[in-house]
Amino acid sequence: MIKLTLLRKLLMALTGLFLCLFLVIHLLGNLQLFLPKEIAQEQFNAYSQALSGNLFIKVVAIGLYVSILAHAIYAVVITIYNRKSGGKYAVDERKVASPWYSRSMGLLGTVIFVFIVIHFQNFWYYYKFTDMPLDPWGRKDLYSAVVNLFGNVWYVVIYVVSMVAMGYHLLHGVASALRTLGVYHQKYVRVVNVAGVVYSVVISAGFAIIPIYVYLVQHQERLLTLLQLK
Amino acid sequence: MSTNFAEANSISRATIEIHEPRQKTIESKTGGGDAIEGKSIRANIPSGDLADKWQNFKDHAGLVSPANRKKLRVIVVGTGLAGASLAATLGEMGYQVLSFCFQDSPRRAHSVAAQGGVNACKNYKNDGDSIYRMFYDTIKGGDFRAREANVYRLAECSQLLIDQAVAQGVPFAREYSGYLNNRSFGGVQVSRTFYARGQTGQQLLLGAYQALMRQVNAGTVKLYAQHEMLDLVTIDGKAAGIIARNLLTGEIERHAAHVVVLATGGYGKIYYLSTLAMGCNASAIWRAHKKGAFMASTSWIQFHPTSLPQLGEHQSKLTLMSESLRNDGRIWVPKKQNDSRAPNDIPENERDYYLERRYPSFGNLAPRDISSRAAKERIDAGYGVGPQKNAVYLDFSHAIKAQGKKKIAEKYGNLFDMYRKITGIDAYEQPMMISPSAHFTMGGLWIDYDLMTTIPGLFAAGEANFADHGANRLGANSLLQACVDGYFIAPYTIANYLSNKIKTELPSTSHQAFVEAEANVKSQLDMFVKIRGDKTAEMFHKELGRLLYNYCGLSRNREGLKTAIKKIRDLKDEFYARLMIPEEATTLNVELEKAGRVADYFEIGELMCYDALTREESCGAHFREEYQTPEGEAMRNDDEFRFISVWEWNNGQAPILHKESLEFESVKLAERSYK
Amino acid sequence: MKLKLNIWRQESTTAKGAFKTYTLENLEKDMSFLEMLDVLNEQLVTKGERPVVFDHDCREGICGTCGVMINGRAHGPIGGITTCQLHLRSFNDGDEITVEPFRAKAFPVIKDLKIDRSAFDRIIASGGYISASTGSAPEANSILITHDVAESAFDSAACIGCGACVATCKNGSAALFTAAKISHLAKLPQGRAEARIRVVKMVEQMDKEGFGHCTNTEACQVECPMGVSVLNIAQMNWEYNKALLLGA
Repeated sequence: MIKLTLLRKLLMALTGLFLCLFLVIHLLGNLQLFLPKEIAQEQFNAYSQALSGNLFIKVVAIGLYVSILAHAIYAVVITIYNRKSGGKYAVDERKVASPWYSRSMGLLGTVIFVFIVIHFQNFWYYYKFTDMPLDPWGRKDLYSAVVNLFGNVWYVVIYVVSMVAMGYHLLHGVASALRTLGVYHQKYVRVVNVAGVVYSVVISAGFAIIPIYVYLVQHQERLLTLLQLK
Repeated sequence: MSTNFAEANSISRATIEIHEPRQKTIESKTGGGDAIEGKSIRANIPSGDLADKWQNFKDHAGLVSPANRKKLRVIVVGTGLAGASLAATLGEMGYQVLSFCFQDSPRRAHSVAAQGGVNACKNYKNDGDSIYRMFYDTIKGGDFRAREANVYRLAECSQLLIDQAVAQGVPFAREYSGYLNNRSFGGVQVSRTFYARGQTGQQLLLGAYQALMRQVNAGTVKLYAQHEMLDLVTIDGKAAGIIARNLLTGEIERHAAHVVVLATGGYGKIYYLSTLAMGCNASAIWRAHKKGAFMASTSWIQFHPTSLPQLGEHQSKLTLMSESLRNDGRIWVPKKQNDSRAPNDIPENERDYYLERRYPSFGNLAPRDISSRAAKERIDAGYGVGPQKNAVYLDFSHAIKAQGKKKIAEKYGNLFDMYRKITGIDAYEQPMMISPSAHFTMGGLWIDYDLMTTIPGLFAAGEANFADHGANRLGANSLLQACVDGYFIAPYTIANYLSNKIKTELPSTSHQAFVEAEANVKSQLDMFVKIRGDKTAEMFHKELGRLLYNYCGLSRNREGLKTAIKKIRDLKDEFYARLMIPEEATTLNVELEKAGRVADYFEIGELMCYDALTREESCGAHFREEYQTPEGEAMRNDDEFRFISVWEWNNGQAPILHKESLEFESVKLAERSYK
Repeated sequence: MKLKLNIWRQESTTAKGAFKTYTLENLEKDMSFLEMLDVLNEQLVTKGERPVVFDHDCREGICGTCGVMINGRAHGPIGGITTCQLHLRSFNDGDEITVEPFRAKAFPVIKDLKIDRSAFDRIIASGGYISASTGSAPEANSILITHDVAESAFDSAACIGCGACVATCKNGSAALFTAAKISHLAKLPQGRAEARIRVVKMVEQMDKEGFGHCTNTEACQVECPMGVSVLNIAQMNWEYNKALLLGA
């Protein structure tokens, strides 16, 4: 167990940034879902198969799982410690001095963690541990699994809400992690801050649009109803 | 062997006149007061030319070998610039040091509040500065009422201090090239003031505090924060330790040492309204005084010309605005009496820039005593401004026009911010209102050249002693004096004192002297608690302050001073009859702390009046209305008053006046003109 | 004006505290907040009651002694000032004001509003200095420090050690305080030599005192009377990481 506060923070920063990097790759892969259905189905499933068979990716994946767990466990450790070290006030207006999401990283993180469990169950578990249907090319048809899942409006809502939570988590997390690494020069801090905001918005919006897109476009009858209603 | 060497050389401190048993020889009574006159006192100034004296001292002073230092214990009371720097330096040298402060951290000592800067004759500006010139400016600034040798040493060591502070990481202002920057201050015509924005005292103190904490970590210094010294213990006439009260628990503690140093600052807070911190007090030096350490020049108290005026009845403090503001600000009042127009509505030709008018060559940079008195003169004559008509304007509009707002903001931004926080007024848009306020005590414990008081083994450093500023201190010289005393002078002179005491055992705290001192302290505290009257110590403090401000403040006269002595005694009697302290002495008791300090202030206030009364001349901050020129300038009397008034405690009776004659060999006494 | 005060009263560190309500009348707008407490204490003492103990000294915003939570904010409703610089003109006639001590695990309450901040001293003692003994200094101008570096070092050095950063931090973190000293000294060439050992020791001590983790909420810099920037914390991290990689 890491004892020093700065080392714990460093662990949070490094695992967090590693996950951020993963998010970029993940989103890039997911962009294939925006292709026309026929192309998307072949390409996305091929991509999934390639990833799951790659040794390098397997190693990275283990890093990923460890990062998620370490990030979450130390978040809990740090939160419990901070609860004890911080003061409690009868009248507390300290909130005016900092943004709500900076103070609510634990809550946002919990939402994200629950989401990850659901997400893993939806796809990762389904892909790895079940006899899922194959596509016309003989690969596991993850694409259809995605399309089917986002046919359910409740999953769309869960995914979008989770991505909003992740957006705020990143909004604080990216800048905070870079601070923890020690970006202190005024000039670079400004660049990093802007980049952090752009990153957070692009990543979370990018992920959030997918379920909505699938829900509306890949289930065109809905879109048509929607348009006709208008 | 270092001890023999010390004893053999000519500046040994073994026997000096004032340390002999004192005889209260009453020779004559001075004209004004009832004070008893004692004898003449000498300051043990080393031989040689003025410029060589300090080097001579150091060359021949006794030393203590590193192995012996750890056997010797030094108590340093106070952790301001003088105390912290001395405790740190002695710790580095290897002595056992006990460091005391009443604040919750050494970093909070009131040196922290000094704003403008610290003087040093580095001549970085190539404007003709030198040790001699700085020495002369200081002597002249002090109205020729300081010891030449001390002042020369102050100037000499000033250069070292800047080096030391920079090495510690004090972020002094710099030129773009990376060289140190300077500005000019009141009373001089060169730029020799080093500064760290408007927080020079804070930065120097943090340097000293950090050095002190480094020694605390190394185990050479033991820190006693939230402890107040309540008595000095002497054994066989020598300092042997102190009695201190743990302010958190109320416990009374005995601490023994080979040397006790008082670096407890000044007593300007005696006026209640002053630029000092609420806790600043004179109890340590006063209780040492009552144990036999003489006081000197007690009434020489500087009123700072650029503090904020009093706004209301409940005000507890007058905030200082750095004198550095006078570099760019112009001071004026309306030419019309009781002019109630807003300052910006008063046209240029209806403004009286009275400092520029009266002192054309120094103008707004005239020394503090002169600026303060000139302001008081205008205010008293009905030209004061502000809601209470108790202020003058300090105007930056010309400077902003000439240099731009940005430049002014860079130089004084934090002061303008502070002004806005306190008054709600934006000084970029309209002039500041300023007023004189009690600030610095040139007087204090009498010390010889070695900073030793009349009690062997008791030293006084920084503002607590009286030495270097004469009758008026120049701006940016107080930080200097405190640092120089602590870093560069006391470590040598204390070693010299200790050099023949390496075989002397540490006094035992069960010695009768400690027992008695502790019993006295306890009975005084119990006595305060038992009064159970109906007035707070602060109420008495405020009344005493008003009394002193009116009778022994910026200007004094015989009748007023005599009245004051009587009124102070009456007030003191009332204090002992009507004081109220709600809690016991054996706990954290803020009211009890205040009571002890106020009780001492009564006695100091009385001594201040005696001091002012017996000095029948005007010099520096001491302005006797009877002694002024037709133009209202101070009239010094070098024939009769070229001496330091040194006071001996006389068990509550009229104090005994001794004299230390001032010899001027290197400067010619001149009228102190800034015209 | 008239104010109703709910003030935290606590006999000792171990005693249980509680709020007590006082009403003050005939107050003036120009009074400082602490002068208002003076008025209250004068009333209490003359009645023979125990006065409210609060930390204060210079009353001009530089010693760092004063500091209380006023209506849930460190040093009161205005950012960037100390409690002594707060004036009653920031309140309205008839307001109810809750006054609590600065709270954190590392800042135990001593009595009423007075707290123990000696942890700060111990952090400085652990390494917050340049080891320049008296007499060892080279000529001041032999160390060139550009204007901007000197100003930036000053910005860090301006900290007054009041503890508002800790009090306002939900985690009770002393990162801003510790970092201000670390970066003040690390920015200056004369402080670089010890930079790595300094940061390791000070951070260790900060943890030992029981302060929480910095989670970069940046509330500290909002309440800091001296406007010490959170970028100092980033620099502390930088120095610390460097020490991790290169050795202390």
